[in-house]
Amino acid sequence: MMTLDKLSPGDSGKICSVGGEGALRRRLLDMGLTPKTRVEVRKVAPMGDPIELYLRGYNLSIRKDDAAKIEIEEV
Amino acid sequence: MEKEYLIALAGNQNSGKTTLFNRLTGSNQHVGNFPGVTVEKKMGKIKGHADMTLVDLPGIYSLSPYTNEEIVTRDFILKEQPDAIINIVDATNIERNLYLSLQLMELDTPMIIALNMMDEVTASGNSIDVDRLAQSMHLPVIPISASKNDGIAELMRVVKKTALQHAYDHQQEKKHEHHPDFCKGEVHRAIHSIAHIIEDHAQQGCYPVRFAATKLVEGDPIILESLHLHKEDIDIIQHITEAMEHALDTDREAALADMRYTFIEEICRMCVHKHHNTKEQVRSEKIDHWLTHKYFGIPIFIGIMLLIFYLTFNVFGSFFQGWMEEGIALLTAAFSDFLSEIQVSEWLHSLIIDGICAGVGSVLSFLPLIVILFFFLSLLEDSGYMARVAFVMDKALRKIGLSGRSFVPMLIGFGCSVPAIMATRTLSSERDRKMTILLTPFMSCSAKLPIYGMITAAFFPDHTAVVMISVYLLGMLVAVVSGLFLKNTIFKGNPVPFVMELPAYRIPDAKSVLLHMWEKAKDFLRKAFTIIFVASMIIWFLQSFDFRLHLVEDSASSMLASFGTWVSALFTPLGFSDWRASTALVTGITAKESVVSTLSVLTQSSSDAGLTQALQTIFTPLSAYAYLAFTVLYMPCIAAFAATKRELGSMKQALATAAFQTGIAYITAMLIYQIGRVIV
Repeated sequence: MMTLDKLSPGDSGKICSVGGEGALRRRLLDMGLTPKTRVEVRKVAPMGDPIELYLRGYNLSIRKDDAAKIEIEEV
Repeated sequence: MEKEYLIALAGNQNSGKTTLFNRLTGSNQHVGNFPGVTVEKKMGKIKGHADMTLVDLPGIYSLSPYTNEEIVTRDFILKEQPDAIINIVDATNIERNLYLSLQLMELDTPMIIALNMMDEVTASGNSIDVDRLAQSMHLPVIPISASKNDGIAELMRVVKKTALQHAYDHQQEKKHEHHPDFCKGEVHRAIHSIAHIIEDHAQQGCYPVRFAATKLVEGDPIILESLHLHKEDIDIIQHITEAMEHALDTDREAALADMRYTFIEEICRMCVHKHHNTKEQVRSEKIDHWLTHKYFGIPIFIGIMLLIFYLTFNVFGSFFQGWMEEGIALLTAAFSDFLSEIQVSEWLHSLIIDGICAGVGSVLSFLPLIVILFFFLSLLEDSGYMARVAFVMDKALRKIGLSGRSFVPMLIGFGCSVPAIMATRTLSSERDRKMTILLTPFMSCSAKLPIYGMITAAFFPDHTAVVMISVYLLGMLVAVVSGLFLKNTIFKGNPVPFVMELPAYRIPDAKSVLLHMWEKAKDFLRKAFTIIFVASMIIWFLQSFDFRLHLVEDSASSMLASFGTWVSALFTPLGFSDWRASTALVTGITAKESVVSTLSVLTQSSSDAGLTQALQTIFTPLSAYAYLAFTVLYMPCIAAFAATKRELGSMKQALATAAFQTGIAYITAMLIYQIGRVIV
């Protein structure tokens, strides 16, 4: 299965499911990373992590480890 | 007596909440903490409405049970029962902002949506159908621009009307429940079945039924516990929720988040006409091309910080600090003459001049530095750049269990620990805040430079630079090791996740920047005249009297010197058992520069050369280095300690922090001396 951390800057995907647990998972959902949402990877930070996403009309930064828990399908 | 109205201001971070708060209250604010946590609570009377108090709740994105900020918000609304909530919503980012609105609505408190930054929406050729939005949400929606002061009067008119109506309804014991039902299908069924079961318990616990039911479906442990449900009821609720999960083929948290966002998407389809990104968003993308650039991002950040340091410490800071010092010296001299004239006793004269004026005065001279530094920090924070710093530097701090957000306070620590500790207030997680406060003093502050200068001149004149750099590196290394240790012990458990919005860059609001500076200045002045005032008197007392309470001629026979002699035995394993060395460490707590002045007084050296000679009889090069290591790491000065106490909101925790830092200093210096002895 494809995960969000594997996308390169400029690529987009549609979220299938959000893994992880507890505070982290809830936070990802609260910030709008819910299933069927379209997400674009905008940028990777200079040290290679975290990454910058674009979704629901705003920019969000998450770490790669956490992005690896989000399954997507490419669009 | 007239009724006082309590209004709560709630909203996402970066929604312009602070700007709106400042607009509404002016300089009329009190800053404190919510009980039991270090979450900042700002209150103020609304301008032109003396009967209305506005409380600024923390900037949050949801009402989950996972962060103190979110728990504090929902507890405040449920327990204090404000007469109205102003929910500020960023119109340029409406989808995610309304997510919190839906949860706030469940708290059954009258609410008004202040749709902020509407000017940016219209200026970019987009539009929002405000009436339709109000209809769909069943709430008044007032378009405003907090930064341009547009729509504020209308907002206040509606807030007042709503609060009066609520107070009236409350008196008549009328219940209003007319928010839209934004749940559908399976979730709807689950929430309503559970609402039925818990109705009595929720009313007893003063929870709105709908809110409690939703939280139970989400699996919120805090609400579950406080409802005191029967075992059978809990089982049934569990069963209902599992049936819902099964039917939707997802889990409870995802189901509810999805439900809320689906409802919002529908509203936005009807009301929001966004054809292109706003000008601010387009501009932000261009700025970020450089500021978070793969190769230039970090150098630009370092450049900006160097510029701020240079301007603060070298240009403006030293200029105003010089003025301040001269002013304080003049005042002190005049006051001293006055005291002589009215012939106060010698000890009282000494207490006021040598104790209080000298102690408080030396700390006060830092005031310009603090104010200027916070001017720049507000610019970084309010422009949106601080979030980029966190983005760029996150990886560097992750290993020790912190996030990129802690980077700036730590960097300021190299200048002065006091503003560094005060700057942790903007960290959004309490855990990160505490850990940063604990580790920041390990970044060697500029007041310690004279100590390094003194020691290197006496023992390492040919290797000054190497020794200096090694001392700074030692501080950082100890911070990393302590961070790792803390992460696995006291601050164990999951750190608050790093899921951070990168807001559009905006021009900082002048009023907010000025208020921020004023607030920090007030904070600092309060410390100077309370804790530092008392500490100066105590140190003066110890320094001026012996145990028979006679005023001493020579400070070598004072209580402080005796105290230094007692503790000097403790320092034998560290290589410096001379009482003068340990006494200087004690006075160093008032201000780090005092280590140098105390050593020169106690060794009766009148020149730098004399001091060098005297030091060579007290230390060996190895023990001198151990002494350096100790001074870098042990508890910060009293002003920084006062800041620690203020930010942690607890004397006990502040003392524990100081004990931890001093313990680390002791261990490190001992290791250096003992290992060094084996090698050399």
